Amino acid sequence: MEIKVLGTGCCSKCAILTKNTEDAVKAMGINVSVEKITDIEKIISYGIMRTPALVVDGKVLSVGKVLTVDEISSLLKSL
Amino acid sequence: MIQSFADWLVYGIFGLDSATKLGQAVNFFFYDSLKILILLFLISAVMGIINAYFPIDRLRNFLHGHKLYGLDYLLASLFGSITPFCSCSSIPLFIGFVKGGIPLGVTFSFLITSPLVNEVAVAMFLGTFGVKVTLIYVLSGILLGSIGGIILGRFHLERFLSPWVIQIQQQSIAEAQAWIEDNTSFWKRLPDILKDSWGIVRGVVIYVLIGIAIGAGIHGYVPEGFFSAALGSGQWWTVPLAVVLAVPMYSNAAGIIPLVEAFVQKGVALGTAISFMMAVVGLSLPEATMLKKVMTWKLIGIFFGTVTIFIILSGWIFNIIL
Repeated sequence: MEIKVLGTGCCSKCAILTKNTEDAVKAMGINVSVEKITDIEKIISYGIMRTPALVVDGKVLSVGKVLTVDEISSLLKSL
Repeated sequence: MIQSFADWLVYGIFGLDSATKLGQAVNFFFYDSLKILILLFLISAVMGIINAYFPIDRLRNFLHGHKLYGLDYLLASLFGSITPFCSCSSIPLFIGFVKGGIPLGVTFSFLITSPLVNEVAVAMFLGTFGVKVTLIYVLSGILLGSIGGIILGRFHLERFLSPWVIQIQQQSIAEAQAWIEDNTSFWKRLPDILKDSWGIVRGVVIYVLIGIAIGAGIHGYVPEGFFSAALGSGQWWTVPLAVVLAVPMYSNAAGIIPLVEAFVQKGVALGTAISFMMAVVGLSLPEATMLKKVMTWKLIGIFFGTVTIFIILSGWIFNIIL
């Protein structure tokens, strides 16, 4: 599994989403690292217009929202 | 209600005398801080709700698919006014617009209004200056975005975008992209939206308090009409001077409005004050650096130059008509 958090890096929102994602992954006991994408060209390549966004295995799961740890866990489980 | 709380706290609990300057200044500080922080929370929440449900992709497709005879500039400008304060989400939106084949001028309308009209500025204006001045500020911000976009659109500035953005623009996709349907119910989302609003309040609270404290000091101790002689009657040069002074003050926008209000009380012309505030939030160095990722310095210069000229012009107009 490949988990990415997309954000331009200047928002606190992006940092919170990254942390929540890391916590959710830890709580689920899966061994994947959460990659933070701050490069605007890469962010755009996912076709999103709002940050932060959560991308798992190339699929955009959420845009423009700070998800809670629970929300992320249930998104990851439903994959 | 807030006033009676402030009275109770300052005159009752602190035991200050309501007839003294100190008592009045402290009372003003508590009253204004409470009122503004409550407003800030409410307005952020309303904007958060709008944002959570705003169909950006549909707006983009609508702007692309219809001949709107200038109305597209107004729509983009209106959209800019409801997007959140954070300048980092402006850039992805900017690219999203360019990618959707929307003319650069329309995209600029969005980019001008987005920082200019934001929840923090609106709440601060509402709390310190009242409804009338807030409406003037918001409406002229939206108008300024529309006209600025129309004019910038005339110059065919596409060639000054960063090369990779030009490439995106040439491959712009017109068809509706699939977007993620969000079916989370309103009541389930509300706590998150309120949490975000709280985050906004928490982020600026220190600036608000400092600004109001200094403003309260000015209210209490600086004599009426103190600034009238130098700045008050709205001499023409006060507007450009105010705009230049405003540029480095970006991060403290929340703290500056209460100060500006105090200055206005002591004789600074309202038009000068409004253009000062527009420049504080609309012309920011951090935003210029963000824009560097998508445009050349030349285009950033043209963009900021145009916005500066418009802010100065509106300051002059306000000083004449208000």
